[in-house]
Amino acid sequence: MVASRESSNNPGRIPALGLRVLGLIFISILLMYFDNRDNHLDTARKGIGAAVYPLRVIVDAPARLWDWLGESTTSRNDLELELGRLKGERLLTNARLQKLNALEAENSRLRAMLDARAKVRDRTRVAEIMSVDANPYDHSLVIGIGTQDGVMDGQALVDANGVVGQVIKAGLMTSQAMLISDTDHALPVEVNRNGLRTIVVGTGKIDQLKLPFVVNNADIQVGDLLVTSGLGGAFPSGYPVAIVASVTRIPHEPYADVTARPSASLGQVREILLIFTAPGPDVEAAADD
Amino acid sequence: MIRDRASRRLPVILTFIVGLTLTIMPLPGGIDAFRPDWLAMLVIFWAMQLPRTWSVGTAWIIGIVLDVSQGTLLGQHALALCCVAFITVRFHLLMRVFPITQLTATVFPILATYQFLLFWVNGVAGVSAPLIAYWGPVISGTLLWPIVMAILTGMRYRTRAGD
Repeated sequence: MVASRESSNNPGRIPALGLRVLGLIFISILLMYFDNRDNHLDTARKGIGAAVYPLRVIVDAPARLWDWLGESTTSRNDLELELGRLKGERLLTNARLQKLNALEAENSRLRAMLDARAKVRDRTRVAEIMSVDANPYDHSLVIGIGTQDGVMDGQALVDANGVVGQVIKAGLMTSQAMLISDTDHALPVEVNRNGLRTIVVGTGKIDQLKLPFVVNNADIQVGDLLVTSGLGGAFPSGYPVAIVASVTRIPHEPYADVTARPSASLGQVREILLIFTAPGPDVEAAADD
Repeated sequence: MIRDRASRRLPVILTFIVGLTLTIMPLPGGIDAFRPDWLAMLVIFWAMQLPRTWSVGTAWIIGIVLDVSQGTLLGQHALALCCVAFITVRFHLLMRVFPITQLTATVFPILATYQFLLFWVNGVAGVSAPLIAYWGPVISGTLLWPIVMAILTGMRYRTRAGD
C-alpha cells in the first residue's frame, strides 16, 4: 500500500492545495451567507443562468419533439373528433362569457355602491413548462419565459383549474417556480362557502395539501372549495386552490387535522398562465363609471 | 502546443456538460430520488486521474453552475464539490492503485460526504427534505461507479483527454 506522506519530494503532492480549498470554502460560505440574507447576488445568478439556458433547451428538446411527433401523426379522424369537441366547448364557454360580461358590470356597479375597490380582470400570459428537473429537494418547475418577458419574483401561476404555484427565481429567459405542494409553500385562502380564512401549506406530496390552522369548531366540511383570499399580496383573490378532502376533529388538540386536494393537476400541466396583478390606484377611477 | 492542450481539455469539458444535462433531465417520479450525483462522480474521476489540471478550482466553478441551474443557495454545491475534489486529490495516489471493488468502496464515503455537506447547508438555511433524497443518490452513485469508471477510462485513452 502506498503511504501518503506529506513530504515535499512526494510526486503526488499538489502545491498549495489546502490553501486553495480553504479559500474556496471561505468564498462559498460568504456567497451562501449573502444569498440567504438578501438578493444582492441576483444579477450574478441571472448571468450564469443565461449560460445554462442552452442546456435547458437541449434537455427540453426530446419532450418537445415527442409532442410535435404526436401532433403531426394524429389521424384525420382524430383531428375531426377533437375539432368537434373543441367547437362544442367553445360554444359553451362563449355562452358563459356573455353572462360573465354582464355579471362583471353588475359586480363593479355594486362594489361602487358599497364604496369598495372594484376588481379588474387580471392580465395573464401563457407560459410553457420546460421539462427540466430543477431541485430534487423541493417541488418546483422551470417555465420558458423570464424577466425579458416581464416576469417578476412572486408572480402567481395558474392552470385551467386552479392555482399551481408562484415564481421564486425569475431568470432572463427561464424562471423557476415553486408549486403549492412544496413543504415551504404557504398560501392564504378562504372557504368559498362562508369566507372562513385560513392558510394552505404544502405537504411534499403532489396531490395533497394541509390546513394546519383550522380550529376544531370551525365551519369546514369535506368538499368545500378553497379560493385564494388575496391577503398575502402575492396571489390575486378568487382563484380556486383546492377542495377539502378530509376533516378530522381531534378533541384534545387546538386545531383540526384538515387535508385538501389541489384543484390544478400539479403533476401533469404543460402550459400554464402567469398572472400580472393589475396596479391598484387606477382601479377606483374605473369603478366610477 | 496551446491548441493541442485545448483539444485535450475539450473531451473533459464535454463530459461535464453531459453530466449537467443528465442532472437536469426529468426522470419519472419514483426513480427521481435515486438520480446519481453525476457531476460529483465526474469530479472524483478527473481529480483522481489528472489532479494537476482538474481539481478544486474546476469543481468550485461547476458547483456554482449547478447552484444556478438548480436554484439552490449560491455556493452550496460549490462548497460540497470543492470538498469532494479536495478529498480525491489528497488521496489520488492511493485511489489510482486500488482495484475497482476497493475504489468503489472508497467512492461511497466521498459521495456520502458530498450529500452530507449539501444537507448540512440545507439544515442551516432551513430547507427540509426527505431522507431518501439523501441516501438515494449515494447508493445509486456507488452502484453505477464501476460502469462510469469503465466508460470514462475508455474515453480517456481513446481521446487522450486530460492535461
